[in-house]
Amino acid sequence: MTLRFDKLGVVIAAIVAYAAFAAPFATFRANRIVPGQARSVLEALPAALGTLLLAILIIGGIVALLRTPLVLRLAASVITLAALAILIGVAGGLLTPAGNTFARIAPASGFWLLIFAFTLLLADVLTRLDLSPSARVGVLAVAALAIGALLVSGSWDSLSILKEYASRADSFWAEGSKHITLALGSLAAAVVAGVPLGILCHRVEALRAGVLNVLNIIQTIPSIALFGLLIAPLGWIAAHVPGAAAAGIRGIGTAPAFVALFLYSLLPVVANTVVGLAGVPRAANDAARGMGMTDRQRLFDVEFPLAFPVILTGIRIVLVQNIGLATIAALIGGGGFGVFVFQGVGQTAMDLVLLGAVPTVALAFAAAIILDAVIEMTSTKRRADSE
Amino acid sequence: MIEIEGITKRYNGTAVVDDVSMIVEPRTIAVIVGTSGSGKTTLLRMINRLVEPTAGVIKLDGADNRSLPGYQLRRSIGYAIQGHGLFPHRTVAQNIGTVPLLLGWDKDRIKARVEELMTLYQLDPQAYGPRYPHELSGGQQQRVGVARALAAEPNVLLMDEPFGALDPIIRTKAQEDLLAIQKRFGTTIVLVTHDMEEAVHMGDKIAVMDAGKLLQYARPAEILARPANGFVETLVGSSERPFRLLSLGRVRDAVEPGGAEGEAIPGDASQRDALAELLWTGRPALPVKGADGKPLGRVTVEGLVKRARPA
Repeated sequence: MTLRFDKLGVVIAAIVAYAAFAAPFATFRANRIVPGQARSVLEALPAALGTLLLAILIIGGIVALLRTPLVLRLAASVITLAALAILIGVAGGLLTPAGNTFARIAPASGFWLLIFAFTLLLADVLTRLDLSPSARVGVLAVAALAIGALLVSGSWDSLSILKEYASRADSFWAEGSKHITLALGSLAAAVVAGVPLGILCHRVEALRAGVLNVLNIIQTIPSIALFGLLIAPLGWIAAHVPGAAAAGIRGIGTAPAFVALFLYSLLPVVANTVVGLAGVPRAANDAARGMGMTDRQRLFDVEFPLAFPVILTGIRIVLVQNIGLATIAALIGGGGFGVFVFQGVGQTAMDLVLLGAVPTVALAFAAAIILDAVIEMTSTKRRADSE
Repeated sequence: MIEIEGITKRYNGTAVVDDVSMIVEPRTIAVIVGTSGSGKTTLLRMINRLVEPTAGVIKLDGADNRSLPGYQLRRSIGYAIQGHGLFPHRTVAQNIGTVPLLLGWDKDRIKARVEELMTLYQLDPQAYGPRYPHELSGGQQQRVGVARALAAEPNVLLMDEPFGALDPIIRTKAQEDLLAIQKRFGTTIVLVTHDMEEAVHMGDKIAVMDAGKLLQYARPAEILARPANGFVETLVGSSERPFRLLSLGRVRDAVEPGGAEGEAIPGDASQRDALAELLWTGRPALPVKGADGKPLGRVTVEGLVKRARPA
């Protein structure tokens, strides 16, 4: 039997080798803004645990490198990720001097690279397993529960991000809910306005090019510039329209952030509605008319159901885009996770930046997986139903 | 009965259908044949008002087809098109039940009708009813398309190249099925095709169109024997003409007294098939048997050749 290498595994093994032996596992800093000192795996952990982790990493790297059964690769990635997650907490506790509340222990580049490498392996395994949409959402839920359990158990409490969290717990959840409200609210508004606009563009050809071009131009305006452009009109509305100021409309704050996200969301929704409707088979449309469907019946019974998966793809793009973009809202006092990012940048406190960035990335990632699963379920429903 | 009187359709001043008048008798099949761009499909689509005429009147059983809103008119007329146009997101049973549902039939009546049609078209309702169109073969999809067009028991059925996408063997079968069902329900059918063979085989009358004009509207034998002009003659195909003429007649009508050697040919086979058999086997005559198997006489090469020319 000859040993054969897995293509992706070669890359993963190289990353693992570098990250485990050459890169720092954790960083120690005397306080939250000074530069840190690197600690390797063996320096950060007691000898027994450190050796165990290195052994697990070596085995994991070899499993990835060679062509091995999927089950083995799955087990290797899950076990390694779990060991890394648990042991970084242990390292945090050990490296913190007793009674010192200023010292900060953060995962370092080696840790992040190892997480990246084994997540890549896990993602590759899951893709090759060709899981059903509901199974993928299930995997996501299990991962979320595991991370939630580690957070609640307090095993990560000695890490720097959670120390930042501890001093801002109230505002974290308030900004988090503001972030989600901004992202989902502007998406909902864009769907309510964009789908009918897309239908109109589909039916009235004269409108199509004009509307899509305007939306394209809006899409190219940098977000900061768009906020600036919105200050004047929204300020005017607040001053001159009765009740507008009371409803929270001002030149800065949540209102312009909401409007900007809404405008950025329109193009994917409208464009995908137009594309989806244009993709309805001509013969099906002709048959629908020929059998005596009214225009409304044809729209709701034939065109819309057939275009739905494509429209949903547009909604997925918008949701993921909005979750990321909503961080910018903090610049003009709109709130959201961006608040921590910009505070952190201002204070050169990288841990605070991560407190804003990590939940944003996690939310966007989860939204993408869930919506992908929904899209696949709606477009393959026909097939699955009949089996 | 469909009365088409002086129908014209112009797009930007160009006449696509130019002053066409014809009458389709009840319970017959009229085939409109022509090259692409001849206006045949536009003419068909004006009958159920998918296209509104610029001038002229179309009457269905004496009533102007504009006396109802277009969508109501179309619910009373069957419509089947090339590539079947089935709804991919609906099951076979739902597809067939489309028009009855639009007409507000109750559930049981729709279910009974769908099962009746599926059985008629040799599709087991239990096995195929819950399936989606993409799981069916091309021939099955086409049958579902025609079943759907017939679901609300229309008096008139419009078909636009309904067999265009089928391979020759399934196509012949589909044509036979349609003829049988037309006999059974007495439906008046207007069928558009570019295939003269299909027109001669299916049509009680054939309408030949070119550049928007109706060149000739007559029985197949008449079209073959006396084409109105050069275009019709080309369309009929001079090398195919004798065989097409023979294909219209039954062996029974060409029987001569006497006997012959070999296997007998049934009396209701076409004269074209009989001649083909004679030429292929190199015999001068074939025995003919009736539906009951009794000998009727014989057909000869000489007798058939005489019939392959217009009288």
